[in-house]
Parts: sequence; structure tokens; C-alpha cells
Amino acid sequence: MATVTEPAIVLDGLTRRYGERPALEDVSLELAAGQTLVVFGPNGAGKSTLLRVLATLLRPSAGSASVLGHDVRRDGWAVRGRIGFLGHDALLHGDLTAAENLAYHARLHGLDGARERIADVLAAVGLERRADDRVHTYSRGMVQRLAVCRAVLHDPQVLLLDEPRANLDPAASELVDPLIGRASGRTRVVTSHDPAGGLAEGDVALGLRAGRAALLAPAADVTTEQIGDLYR
Amino acid sequence: MSAPSTLGAARAVFAKELLLERRAPQTLIAMTLFSATTYVVFHFALNRDSVAGNLASGVLWVTITLASLLGIGRLFVSDRDEGGLEAFLLAPVDRSALLLAKAAALLSFLIALELVAVPLFALLLLGPTPSVGTWLRLALILLLADAGIAVVGTLVGAIAVQTRARDLITSLLALPLLLPVVIGAARSTAPLLSELGAGTLPSRWPVVLGLYDLIFGLLAYALFDYLVED
Repeated sequence: MATVTEPAIVLDGLTRRYGERPALEDVSLELAAGQTLVVFGPNGAGKSTLLRVLATLLRPSAGSASVLGHDVRRDGWAVRGRIGFLGHDALLHGDLTAAENLAYHARLHGLDGARERIADVLAAVGLERRADDRVHTYSRGMVQRLAVCRAVLHDPQVLLLDEPRANLDPAASELVDPLIGRASGRTRVVTSHDPAGGLAEGDVALGLRAGRAALLAPAADVTTEQIGDLYR
Repeated sequence: MSAPSTLGAARAVFAKELLLERRAPQTLIAMTLFSATTYVVFHFALNRDSVAGNLASGVLWVTITLASLLGIGRLFVSDRDEGGLEAFLLAPVDRSALLLAKAAALLSFLIALELVAVPLFALLLLGPTPSVGTWLRLALILLLADAGIAVVGTLVGAIAVQTRARDLITSLLALPLLLPVVIGAARSTAPLLSELGAGTLPSRWPVVLGLYDLIFGLLAYALFDYLVED
């Protein structure tokens, strides 16, 4: 008998408005555990809003969204412990060192063995020698690598990544791959402006235009031209 | 891994706040400089060797209240500028942990301020040095008033930081809300600073201060989630 597994992410008529202006409108989809949803769309299409709703930072105006079976509106507490969020801001304090920033996040997540975990993630992104330097002395690429550490520190099952490779050179992008790439084995929702790279990274492609799902298909069936059309 | 308790999360945020202030001491220095300057100005402007009673109490509390506005205005600034609030909201912790931590941080700043500002006030503006008993009673009033300022200030700071006119909103909201604290504290302090020294501490006003702290503490606990969440 086949095992029926619950989808990791379910959106059902998800709508989010800022005042009267809709940022997301009637978006529905299901994403299986371990899969990657790659979200395309021009600026203001609703990509970041979608991630922020899934991260429980914004409440849906209508419809519903659930992560690992937990409704983001009713059961935000359970969702928060299971997600890693990497947005446009690094969410790090410039006057604290990398190790202090991560120790703070570890405490907020009740992480056991934080010291070892912090050393491991810093080493994974090549920042172990800069662990005791204040973050305001870092380059933008280094801050982004540290933000990746912050997002995966508590070993979340689901990653919500808003253009995660922004500010990263190819070598740095390769460094973070085991943590946030397909190799991480986590369920991921990733926004991208890179049609070829994004499609290669995703299992399911969602194209947003003015908050609506203009495209939803297996990534393998989508062409870069179709993604390009979203921006025209 | 288990979600930390409210107190555990509050301790983490509080420790971070103190570390940030130690690394880049802006709030406390601004509050202390303001208070010191104000007492010097009063010293020369009043053109008297010393003040006592209601006038002394007024000078003390007007200065501390206005200095506290600087602390309230800056309470959530690093969270806004560096995403600290969002980082906290992404953690599986009770939102009231942030209220506890921020109020405790502001309370700490006020106590640190008063450790410098009150002796300076006594040196510049009081006549005979108050007795140890008077200092202890004054410390009690300061603590009761500081608790009220910390709770109200945390609520106001959380509202103000989400607006563009942060400083204006801080003053507009905090000053009326702090009025009962200032009145209670000034009324309680005046007899202690009377010319005879060691006046008795009236019981009514400290009780009013304590009740205000309690009511605003409960109100802040009930409202804070709505202030920081979407």
C-alpha cells in the first residue's frame, strides 16, 4: 500500500492585501516535502510577500497557508521553529560579532549544543576565522554568508529564501550550497530572477504577476522564455 | 531542541541589549549628558545656592522624565535598522519576552542614569546632604517611577519605531502617559527634599505609583502582541 504523505506546504486561495492593494491574490498550490518551489516574477509581483506570509511575519488577508501541516495564522508558533528565513535583510547586529549574533539566535531557538553548531556552520561558509569580528567589518558577501548560517542554525525542515545568492560570488555560492541548495535535502521556497538557474534549482515553478499565479507547473516543463514573458 | 521559556527568551534579548549598549553606548551617554547639562542650567538659571521641597522635586523629575524620552526613542532603533524585531518574531518564543527584555533594558538604563544624575543633582542643587534614610526612601520612589517609565516607554517605543516621525510620536504618546508617574514621583519626593531634610514619605503617592506600574504592566502584557505583530 502506498504511503500518503502530507504536503510540506499548502496554499489555498492565499490572498494578502496592504490596505486595499492586493500583493498576493488567490494563490493555491501544494509542495511535497523535500521539493523546491522556485518563485519568479518582476519586482512587486508578490514574491517576498509570499515568503513573509509563510514565515508568519504577515497574516493572510484571505485564504490559508500551512507549513508542515501547521496553519500560519493559527499555529504560527509551531511553524516558526521549523522554518529558516533568509530575506533581503540579514537580520544581524553590526555591533555584535558573528559568533555573538549566532549565539543570540541559538538562544531564541532553544538550540542545544549551540557552540558546536555555530562553529560548524561558520566553518561551512568559510567564516570561522572571522567569527570574533564584528559584523559591520564584513563585506556584503560575508554578511550574506553569515545570514545563511543564521537561517539554517536551528536545522529547519523548510527554507524560505528570498534571492539567497544575491551578493555572493560563484565561490561563495558554492560554499552555501550544502546548507541552502538542493543538496540540503530540505523543502525550499526560493525566489529568483534567474530563469535558467532558478528552473535548474526548482521542482515546481511559480510565476507571479501583480500578485496572481500566472504560471504554475513542474520546473522541468517550463522554458526560460515562459519565465521571460512574466517580466514583459 | 526545545522552544525556550518566556523568561529564557527575555534573558537572551536583555543580554543582547546590554551588550549592544556596551559596544556602542549611545542611549546611556545621551541620557546622562542631557541630565547633567540640565542640572547645570538649573543651577545657574535659578541663581540660588540650593533648592528644596516642591521646586527641588520638580527639577529632579522634569529632568529624569525628559532624559527618559531619549532612551524610549532609541529603545527599538537597532531592531528597526538591523532587523532585530523581525529576527525575534521568527523565533518560536512568546512575544511578551520582548516586552520583558526591553522594559528591563530601559529600567537598567534609567537606574544607571540615576546613579550619576541624582548625586549630581544633590551636589549642584540641594543644600545639606540628605541622610542615608532619605537616600533610601528616594531610591524606593525612583525605582517605582522607573518601573512605570520602563513599561510605558516600551509600549510607546514599540509604537513609535513603526512610524516615520519616531521622535515626535515618542514625545506625543509618552509625555501624557507618563504624567501620572511624574506627578506621583514628584509628590512623593517633595517631602524628602524639604529644607528640614528627612521629611516623612507620604504613603498615598508611592501606592499610586505602584498601582500605576501594575495596571500599565498588565495593559502592556495584553497589548504588546498586537503592537509587534502584523
